[in-house]
Amino acid sequence: MSLLLEARDVTFRRQGDRVFKPLDVELAAGNAVVVLGPNGCGKTTLLRLLAGILQPAEGAISRHAATAFLGHASALKAELTCRENLEFLRAFHGTPGISASRALSRTGLTGLGLRPARALSAGQKRRLGLASLLVSPRPIWLLDEPYASLDDAGGELVDELLAEHLAEGGAVALSTHQRKPKLASPAGELWVQRAPLEEPA
Amino acid sequence: MSLRALPALLLRDLRLAVRHGGESLMPLFFLFAVLILVPLGVGPGPNLLATIAPGMIWVAALLASLLALENLFRPDFEDGTLEQWWLGHLPVTGLVMTRLLSHWLITGLPVILFAPLAAQMLYLPDQALGVLMLSLLIGTPILSLIGGLAAALTLGTNRGSVLLSILVFPLVVPVLIFATGAVAAAADGFSPRAHLGLLAALLVLALTLVPLAVTAALRLNIE
Repeated sequence: MSLLLEARDVTFRRQGDRVFKPLDVELAAGNAVVVLGPNGCGKTTLLRLLAGILQPAEGAISRHAATAFLGHASALKAELTCRENLEFLRAFHGTPGISASRALSRTGLTGLGLRPARALSAGQKRRLGLASLLVSPRPIWLLDEPYASLDDAGGELVDELLAEHLAEGGAVALSTHQRKPKLASPAGELWVQRAPLEEPA
Repeated sequence: MSLRALPALLLRDLRLAVRHGGESLMPLFFLFAVLILVPLGVGPGPNLLATIAPGMIWVAALLASLLALENLFRPDFEDGTLEQWWLGHLPVTGLVMTRLLSHWLITGLPVILFAPLAAQMLYLPDQALGVLMLSLLIGTPILSLIGGLAAALTLGTNRGSVLLSILVFPLVVPVLIFATGAVAAAADGFSPRAHLGLLAALLVLALTLVPLAVTAALRLNIE
């Protein structure tokens, strides 16, 4: 089992205060980790740290493969059509995967290729976000609430995509409130705890 | 790191600019609105207009470039596209330079292309037209670079247009002085080389330092 991402004692500071208690995270090929915790405990911050968008205030993170991050903001351009959005991301991330039209049909958006992303519903936008993971495959997926605003079929779609990704030797860390991924081998759980306020020295 | 991201980003920026249509043409409309209105205000005498032509064209170009700054990074910041730049496999400073290039292509290049028309409207002497074009060609990229720095710094503020203008104005004063100096010198029959040389030096300085500063400023605002 090759390790794709390692984090040791990482935490982030906002206005000098720790956001969450220092954590160790290991993602190996074929592994899934579910990040759990109450609202505001720092799940999104942890995922953004792992993605490299934030720099850890303490601890160290080493990534041995390219990462994909899917956050609350969908990273899609409302004025471009679904197909244009996907074709841009396919070229932008430099690791072309399946074609835009195949990604659209895989995520249940067949026939919406020419529709501007602005005209999609919240759930369809999430699906388009998932399609963006398929057009530029990267081994480490960091998904912030991938089940949000998806219907039951959408939730199953996420589970299927996760299973395929893990079978191909990828790794996943995802945060969730609604449902937990149903996978062949149970996903590891990682509880994020809010850091206690430090006494001023 | 893949450099294929750069042409992809440029292409997408230009496509978005075309799709925004009217908004992208705002700077050019603004330029000509100023060039048409000021002669109505100060009187259309050729002597007066020829004297103030270099300054007017340049001030209008400068204000026009400010118009599009608010949209340089903010839409990407708000829809989450910007944080994708930091995933580790992308050359961020290269992306910043690509974005500034597309800003210049949208706001700077049309001004240069329509400068001969503006010069004719203001009776600028013919021998100064080439220098005007050259000064715009060297000077407008500096406006895009400095404006980009201000836009990146004010990204975290809530629609910081006022702050943005305050940051930009002192920094572009040298550009304005040397550029209009060059055109005025050429109009009077003197050599504009010294002014243009200093303008080019400013461009080299801005081109070297600004992309790094913009990258750092964006990084601060992402966190």
